[in-house]
Amino acid sequence: MRLYEYEAKRLLAAYGIPLPQGQVISSPEEIAGDARRVLKVQVLSGGRMKAGGVKFADTEAEARAIAADLLGRTILNHKVEKLLVEERLQVEQEFFAAATHNLAQKQPVVLFSAAGGVDIETLAKERPEAVVSRAYNPRVGFHDFHARQMVGKAGLSGRPLMQLGAILHRLATLFQRMDATIAEINPIVQTADGRFLAADAHIDIEDDALSRHAELQEKYGIPKREAGARPPTPFELAAAAIDASDHRGVAGRMIEFDGQLGLLIGGGGASLTVFDAIRKHGGKPANYCEIGGNPSVRKVQRLVAHLLSKPGVEKIAVIMNVVSNTRVDLVARGVIKAIVERGEKPAEKIAIFRIPGSYEGDGFMILKKYGVTYCDRTVSIDEAARRAVAAFAAA
Amino acid sequence: MAILIDDATRIVVQGITGREATTFTKHSLDYGAKVVAGCTPGKGGESIYGVPVYDCVAEAVERHGANTSVISVPAGFVRGAVYEAVDAGVQLVVVVTERVPRHDVVDFIAFANERGARIVGPNSLGILSPPRAKAGMVGGPAADVRKAYTEGPVGIVSRSGGMTTEIANLLTQAGIGQSTCVSIGGDPMVGTTYMDVLPLFQEDPATQAMVIFCEPGGNAEETFSEFYVKGGSTLPVFAFIAGRFVDEMPGMRFGHAAVLVEGERGSTRTKMAAMRAAGIHVVEELHDLVGGLRAVLKT
Repeated sequence: MRLYEYEAKRLLAAYGIPLPQGQVISSPEEIAGDARRVLKVQVLSGGRMKAGGVKFADTEAEARAIAADLLGRTILNHKVEKLLVEERLQVEQEFFAAATHNLAQKQPVVLFSAAGGVDIETLAKERPEAVVSRAYNPRVGFHDFHARQMVGKAGLSGRPLMQLGAILHRLATLFQRMDATIAEINPIVQTADGRFLAADAHIDIEDDALSRHAELQEKYGIPKREAGARPPTPFELAAAAIDASDHRGVAGRMIEFDGQLGLLIGGGGASLTVFDAIRKHGGKPANYCEIGGNPSVRKVQRLVAHLLSKPGVEKIAVIMNVVSNTRVDLVARGVIKAIVERGEKPAEKIAIFRIPGSYEGDGFMILKKYGVTYCDRTVSIDEAARRAVAAFAAA
Repeated sequence: MAILIDDATRIVVQGITGREATTFTKHSLDYGAKVVAGCTPGKGGESIYGVPVYDCVAEAVERHGANTSVISVPAGFVRGAVYEAVDAGVQLVVVVTERVPRHDVVDFIAFANERGARIVGPNSLGILSPPRAKAGMVGGPAADVRKAYTEGPVGIVSRSGGMTTEIANLLTQAGIGQSTCVSIGGDPMVGTTYMDVLPLFQEDPATQAMVIFCEPGGNAEETFSEFYVKGGSTLPVFAFIAGRFVDEMPGMRFGHAAVLVEGERGSTRTKMAAMRAAGIHVVEELHDLVGGLRAVLKT
């Protein structure tokens, strides 16, 4: 779960990392008094500066006018509901600090650079020597001396070494204790008056660890939320509700597309494979979805009914990998029941049914009874997708 | 021959009294795998399909010589379970559980490294070496496993458990058998990656080629490509990458936790380019694996 900048900064503050003075506002009137300010839109995306989401003001009137303009606008696909208004810093130098995981080395890693303020990936590519990186053993931990070593390696000494070392160490501690997948401060600003402040921050907390961080809500007022490139559609929300209604197996995770061939596909890797294969053969899917585990007949039935209720969905293709856990007969029953209850014919509505594996004998018997076109494990996913698209085109 | 598991593998199932674990224990026994013990704290003395249950993994190791553990316990208990298995001397730990926090994963991997043990998973469906060895739920009931998997020269490594069986089945239908099939797990952080498995297959006399099933997200394929070139491996590697449509939808998560494309990062386009440049055979469609493999396999 990605945190808003102002939420990330609440965590930084709690871990003793100094911040610019600031306030979060949702209306221009909350700004009072003349001051040199920066106003930043609070959206869950990088690249705010380029997108016009960061503005500067010198007076109250100016700041209020900018706030009125920014609030309610859509920036980087996100609606602006809050602004973070901070003192404008006189920048002497900018630094970069981050903690994340190196997935290939399977270790946490801490990064520091004295060339902050720019995109770190560009920096790492163009001037790798400017980024000091250190993987650490989580059983030993990342200590303050590690931080000082890194900052020293970046060419700093004296008071800056101590100040920046402390920030880096506290950031790594936050990363570890809060189950973050990334904790980044870019830039840390050294101001003209000698302060070291976290000017911008990006923190993601791992979704799978949220259950053990009640303090996010209770202590820091950070609510749990579903993230995505766009908010879920009503159709997707209804599918998620069906999935959540019954703990047995997965039958949901639908994502809406604008085609007309409904897909009942699974599991994780196979759904990706099937979706590609359908498109490769010229099919236009109405949705992506996943079934897996061992969902009940009722759950499958409800999901299929939901899928068929989508305007324009004329036929559905039911394709999975060779299953070991999901029962073919239960899925077949669920699909057929949903169609029959709509007063329609399974043989006409199902473009193809290709789920080989566990209880396939019973499953195929049911399909046969209703005259549904099905295939067994001798037919590949690619071929099943081709047949589904052909059946859809012929109708 | 095979890698990771074979006839010498003696399995302890941690969390054996859970519904899923009970089921795959039965299936493994039916297939001929040696599930020698189970562990569920507080249920010592019970038995599951004739497999004795103990309170501690150490007992299973002492009494039955267990050398491999399959962990199927709730996510919050996985870290402790891995520590227990590794501390008891188990050398291979397969974590089936999904949604294990990443900070726990790096921590128990570090402990396993200290003790020279190997972690497969989390979120792995298991490992299967036909004709008898099976650790975890991969393949399902024995009769289904025998339909999809046959003994032979191809190693399979997959980020998707279901696709492990799909690919084995595709090869079996074409008369191509498998040495060992590893579901490495769909999470961004897993204990055993393509890179870790390649040298094992390279050393295995029974394996003539390796197939990897890839997904968008993360950088495992890119890192593997570099490793493949640098390591000078002579083992032919075939790759299929699913989810090419995900490239067009940055920021949207599909399926496994790792499947997320951010800008160019994690896109299938860059993965395919990196693998092709490294000399890995990237096939366009899944069934193209058959033709590609036939061209390199010695009969």
